[in-house]
Amino acid sequence: MSAFSKEVHDKLDAIQKQPSDVSTDHIISVVRSIMASIEGELSPTDLKIHAELEELSNFIQSTRREIAGLRPSDINQRHIPTATDELSAVVGATEEATGKILDCCSAIETIAATVEGEAASGLIDIVTRIYEACSFQDITGQRITKVVKTLQHIETKIDELLKIIGPEIGAEQEQVSHEDVMEQSRNGTIDEKAHLLNGPQIPQAASTQDEIDALLASFDN
Amino acid sequence: MAVNKEMHVLIVDDYKTMLRILRGLLLQLGFRNVEEADNGATALAKLRGADFGLVISDWNMEPMTGLQLLKAVRAEDKLKKLPFIMVTAESKPENVITAKQAGVSNYIVKPFNAETLKSKMSSVLGPF
Repeated sequence: MSAFSKEVHDKLDAIQKQPSDVSTDHIISVVRSIMASIEGELSPTDLKIHAELEELSNFIQSTRREIAGLRPSDINQRHIPTATDELSAVVGATEEATGKILDCCSAIETIAATVEGEAASGLIDIVTRIYEACSFQDITGQRITKVVKTLQHIETKIDELLKIIGPEIGAEQEQVSHEDVMEQSRNGTIDEKAHLLNGPQIPQAASTQDEIDALLASFDN
Repeated sequence: MAVNKEMHVLIVDDYKTMLRILRGLLLQLGFRNVEEADNGATALAKLRGADFGLVISDWNMEPMTGLQLLKAVRAEDKLKKLPFIMVTAESKPENVITAKQAGVSNYIVKPFNAETLKSKMSSVLGPF
């Protein structure tokens, strides 16, 4: 066996033993080794193989570029965690609001106990309908939990894809620093679409009304 | 000077539920002449067409955001002194700073309660 053949065989053996550790660089390297081995007068068959190997190499490179363009690392490290956090916040908020509604129902029931006749039965009837309507929170909570599990499954699959494609593909693009964003807001150059349309913050991260009042008041000093 | 509760108030939000809540709270505070718009562009057209005493607007709307509406209002001679309260889920400091720089009269973060709405309206219109 020639030195070249041994090199290619060793690489193919490595791929066969640990397929999950194979990177695209590995595969491209094998393909290029084979292409480089084709020397001397080439038969039509050799030319065909060479062309197909070149096409395979180009296809792998182009697929890597396209996948890199999707920014899979961004999806896994930012977008999916944000989505699951937001959905958890939805469940928390609807649970809290439903609790308040049910507290109000209890208060109405207390008042209903102090009146008689149709007024009392009317109030109780309305409270009952509110209790029934509030069961939405249970259903929405379950549906959202299903969505969160689906997102977590997608996250796992993207992780597996990143392992195959290679870590450099997943590298995040540089974000604008918060200090720069604050400076831009002060001098009026901030990009509204990029930085000011974020929607509700996660409760632990959101500014309170008191903090906002203090910030507004600082402009008057 | 006493606040004229007969003034026309324009509420702007792309969520019907929020418009319903604001209308209900304003009614409880004694403000009956409440008109609605579901985006900044419609709101601006209404403001140009009638006399309003107060605008209460959301931020995150399309095609015109609450910030763009605020800037448009402050850019017109007839409207530039109109009290404008932003009521929004956007709570980051850069949002508040940008709105203040654009001339917002006050800023309420969602979710809010009736007491907060009354307090911020009072600080802008006068006590009532």
